[in-house]
Amino acid sequence: MDSASSYSVLVDKTFWLILGSSIIMLFAITATMIWFVFKYSRKRNPNPAQIEGNAILESIWTIIPTIMVLIMFFSGWAGFKVMRNIPEDAMEVTVYARKWSWMFEYENGVQSSVLVVPVDKNVKLNLVSNDVIHSFYVPAFRLKEDCVPGYDNVAWFKAIEEGEYNLFCAEYCGDQHSNMITKVKVINSEEYDTWLVEQDTKPIGIDILSINGCTACHSLDGSKLVGPSFKGLFGITETVLTDGEERTITVDEEYIRRSIKEPMADITAGYPPVMITLPNLTDEDVDAMIQIIKDLK
Amino acid sequence: MVESNLINSYLGNANSSGLKSWIFSTDHKRIGLLYLYCMMAFFIVAMLLGVLMRLELLQPGEQFISAKTYNQTFTLHGVIMIFLFIVPGIPAAIGNFVLPLQLGAEDVAFPRLNLLSWWIYIFGAILALTSLFGGGGFADTGWTFYAPYSINTDTNVSLAVLAAFVLGFSSILTGINFITTIHRLRAKGMGFFRMPLFVWGLYATGWIQIIATPVVGITLLLIFLERTLGLGFFDPTMGGDPVLYQHLFWIYSHPVVYVMILPAMGVISEILPAFARRTIFGYKAIAMSSMAIAIVGYLVWGHHMFTVGMSDTARWIFSLLTFLVAVPTGIKVFNWVATLYKGSIQLAAPMLLALLFIFEFSIGGLTGLVNGALSTDIHIHDTSFIVGHFHYTIFGGAGIGLMAAMHYWFPKIFGRMYSEKSAKTAIGLIFVGFNTLYFPMLIMGILGMPRRYHDYLPEYQPYHMVSTIGSWILVLGITIMIWNLVRSARKGEPAPDNPWGATTLEWKTPSPPPQLNFDYTPEVQTGPYDFSEILSKDANKKKQ
Ligand code: HEM
Ligand SMILES: [Cu+2]
Ligand SMILES: [Cu+2]
Repeated sequence: MDSASSYSVLVDKTFWLILGSSIIMLFAITATMIWFVFKYSRKRNPNPAQIEGNAILESIWTIIPTIMVLIMFFSGWAGFKVMRNIPEDAMEVTVYARKWSWMFEYENGVQSSVLVVPVDKNVKLNLVSNDVIHSFYVPAFRLKEDCVPGYDNVAWFKAIEEGEYNLFCAEYCGDQHSNMITKVKVINSEEYDTWLVEQDTKPIGIDILSINGCTACHSLDGSKLVGPSFKGLFGITETVLTDGEERTITVDEEYIRRSIKEPMADITAGYPPVMITLPNLTDEDVDAMIQIIKDLK
Repeated sequence: MVESNLINSYLGNANSSGLKSWIFSTDHKRIGLLYLYCMMAFFIVAMLLGVLMRLELLQPGEQFISAKTYNQTFTLHGVIMIFLFIVPGIPAAIGNFVLPLQLGAEDVAFPRLNLLSWWIYIFGAILALTSLFGGGGFADTGWTFYAPYSINTDTNVSLAVLAAFVLGFSSILTGINFITTIHRLRAKGMGFFRMPLFVWGLYATGWIQIIATPVVGITLLLIFLERTLGLGFFDPTMGGDPVLYQHLFWIYSHPVVYVMILPAMGVISEILPAFARRTIFGYKAIAMSSMAIAIVGYLVWGHHMFTVGMSDTARWIFSLLTFLVAVPTGIKVFNWVATLYKGSIQLAAPMLLALLFIFEFSIGGLTGLVNGALSTDIHIHDTSFIVGHFHYTIFGGAGIGLMAAMHYWFPKIFGRMYSEKSAKTAIGLIFVGFNTLYFPMLIMGILGMPRRYHDYLPEYQPYHMVSTIGSWILVLGITIMIWNLVRSARKGEPAPDNPWGATTLEWKTPSPPPQLNFDYTPEVQTGPYDFSEILSKDANKKKQ
């Protein structure tokens, strides 16, 4: 498997230490067991010896394992200390975890649904959740830390190899937990600088839907997820529940605006009332979203 | 003589047949069987749910159950397996039956309390099942009920946690009952260090049940109150603290893994001497390590929380303590293996299962070292490595321990023998199926496959496929095993009083035992594993 962060090698050392000694132990225990079972079967050895114990042996197998587990402990702790020691010069990215997508916000305000970082640069992560607990997990970096509502958890890494790596949500968070997956893209620093400027200056596009997490529940291709698909949505008539009362509406600009700003006001029949409000959306953003939905025929 | 045993025994007493004579019986033997039957029924249901999940995971993408149904399925599977199957587990089913017999007592100290705890168990089980059909469907939180998800979900969490709360009382009452029984009702001459090791296991377990269960009881009640009355204990939007919930939950739920495993270790410590015809190696070390595990085991719960953002100091202290509990566990394993040395070993089904226990449980324990070390735990936390690890310990340990106990005491319980050949076929299939099912989970987890995933990236598919195939082999083995036991309970060959040549008191009374256990007042002059009498009887037989 990829080993792509500055400390992943250190973690792997602990892995090999523990797994290696475990395999040896397991083999020794199993082989001894099988050997005794054959050698001292009732046929071969009808007269058992009644041995009640042996102080020296028992001391040995108390002391040696104690030393071994202490070594394992220190090895694990050493790797962990590096993970928790956040370098001063790290660039900061704020990670917003929410049901069921990721958003990464850079120091200059750029937002992205993929975590793009320059290679060989220390990156500090501020882990934020406003709904339930999620967990930021990049196996290739050996890095995991939870996003806990009400807590300001932090983590850091330095990617040492360019490439694309999986980023999972590792703490169970509901229906689409297993779709709360994105990528970490590690690129060289020139590419990164260009990317950052591009993101900052480009007009609002369709990725505003993924950045804000809409596409976790609303598909763009007509398939049914947690919420109704955006494809072909504009202009249709549908039944909604307003304060528990059914009524029929036509999906127009006003209806979409209201659905974004007050998601709980009208609930489309047959769907759960789970959408959250996005307090940081500007009117400009909302207009852009409406236009995009209109265009998805 | 054997047939007349059946008529006079606790099973066949003329004025005590019919359902009522069972469900209102205060006889510890009947209560033990009541538990056993209910637990087996729940186990079969939860096992089928497990197979259902494995089928869904055969390929990436949605096969035939939706994400939400999958989430409810692993919750129901976990809740049944933990709260209705393995926590009552060996103590309630086998312990109830065997404990008074091993002590030479007529019954437990509080027979009516014993019956009450069974009824509370049934009541809790009914509550849990009711929540399946109530508003919103069964909980979709996982068996851990983490806040704030468990506060906000619209599934029926309230009733599920209430059920777990009720079930806790059953566990506490059993613990109180056993501890009192062990202190007060030992046969004449049986000092603490002459008790069988199974009794030691139940003793350590009893203390954990009494001290730890109230913590989870009150925690789950707080979830209930938060959901129904909006009291903000754990939800940060109401001023609560979600990490506090995890602390409270694991303060119970780590020690409870010892409620599952200590009695199983006790079972193994009975079986090995009986089938090796020699005294156990290191009796005191095994007895004391049970107590050490029970005590240190209280202080390690934080290893479930290495990624929630606890202080770094708390993290390394919990890691260190976790490693220290590994030592007494290791000591037990070494002593067991040493018990085979210069024994006279008979490889009957209970012995095979005991050896299988040592193998699978060793894998469970050794993978636990990966979880205990900080840097590696960060990587495998909440991945399928954890799912593999705890199935190796709970299922490979406690579950196989229960199977071993069921075979070992089967002749005593039913007065009949099971078929040795079917038992061995079943054990072979279980060995192959179990490892095919769970070993790939360990590998996938190291490669980064998160747990509680209804869907996964295609790169993990080979492992998932092998794992699913393993589940079929395992279920086949379990089916044969259950079929063999159920059939033999009615049709098996009549069993002698002491078919294995074992030494503890339960083998010095008829199979099945009479209603009051012994026709004489048992007295004890030696330690529990003194084979001199058995061996000299054997020698005499040969001479003739
Ligand atoms: C009989 C065969 C069994 C099969 C096929 C099986 C399979 C599974 C699977 C596929 C999962 C879900 C993994 C995930 O999505 O993360 C799971 C979870 C679990 N299993 Fe089993 N299992 C079996 C037996 C047992 C036994 C005997 C126990 C305990 C006594 C047990 C306890 C659990 C628990 C506690 C969970 C976690 C549920 C949660 O995440 O909330 N299982 N099992
Ligand atoms: Cu999540
Ligand atoms: Cu634990």
